[in-house]
Amino acid sequence: MSVKVRIPTPLMKLTDNQSEVTAEGATISEILNNLESQFAGIKERICEENGAPRRFINIYVNEEDIRFLEGEKTAVKEGDEVSIIPAIAGGSGR
Amino acid sequence: MIDFTDEQIERYSRHIMLPEVGGVGQAKMLEAKVLLIGAGGLGSPAAFYLAAAGVGNLGIVDFDVVDLSNLQRQIIHSTERVGMLKTESAKKTIAALNPDVNVTVYNERLTSENIMRLFEGYDYILDGTDNFATRYLINDACVMTGKTNIHGSIFRFEGQATVFKPHAGPCYRCLYPEPPPPGLVPNCQEGGVLGVLAGVIGNLQVVETLKLILGQGEPLIGSLLIYDALRTEFRRLKLKRDVNCPVCGENPTIKELIDYEEFCGLSR
Repeated sequence: MSVKVRIPTPLMKLTDNQSEVTAEGATISEILNNLESQFAGIKERICEENGAPRRFINIYVNEEDIRFLEGEKTAVKEGDEVSIIPAIAGGSGR
Repeated sequence: MIDFTDEQIERYSRHIMLPEVGGVGQAKMLEAKVLLIGAGGLGSPAAFYLAAAGVGNLGIVDFDVVDLSNLQRQIIHSTERVGMLKTESAKKTIAALNPDVNVTVYNERLTSENIMRLFEGYDYILDGTDNFATRYLINDACVMTGKTNIHGSIFRFEGQATVFKPHAGPCYRCLYPEPPPPGLVPNCQEGGVLGVLAGVIGNLQVVETLKLILGQGEPLIGSLLIYDALRTEFRRLKLKRDVNCPVCGENPTIKELIDYEEFCGLSR
């Protein structure tokens, strides 16, 4: 199963500056492991040690937040788009 | 109902001729009270366009002074005002643009001590801050007072905007229960931002604010708009209320305002 993964700006350093990459897997968990195999270090930026996404990062399959689906066990299908969306604070005051 | 002067009818004619605005809508705007937190990247274009639109009562909270490096994006200020308080600079620009607008300035850093006093009397809160500590403070105070929070944030070439209307939709903590620990998100200085991105997102916040004032259209409640400037792409993601939200959920655990240590990614 091949899905598009949208990489947020703060993590693009780890993906050779690509904002969109392709990953293989049938669930979000597998997708994250596959991302790690392609881009070492990315998983620990997204997940806690127990594999759950960090609390300031949300993962969406298409438009839906996986927290309201089945979390990391949420299934993905060919052609889905996975978005990783961290909290960003900037309003560029300074 | 406001009796418009001839000058006001001319000034707002392009609004008044829109069926969705009309004289009634323009009067609502003139009577509206919006508090802008920050007169920086997002707050500058937001204050500028809210004033142009004739939103009659603007409060501006900022304790900083204008720096030369701000002017690449903070268009309400100008070169000759480097060193001036941002609030005073913004007030001057607005006075020159539209005398209908009453501007109240608050040269204060927003804290748990003053936020309730500053919020008093305002209907809408426009969050244009640059750090997580203030964003969580604004969110919690909005939930506690029932005020709508028009949220925007920017980083490099990417921006986010949404509307948090307490109990009608999710709040910031429904999305992100806690601020990230320092060190796990990039800091402001290493971030950088394409200046005009502040204009795009700040003005989206204005569009949403005006829609809320007018009661027109579908505001971005329960929806996160993401703008990717490099790809020229807008995406909308669905946001849901979290029943376990620590501030707006069924059994809230946060009942008092919290002053997190201010950081924009790395502790300073």
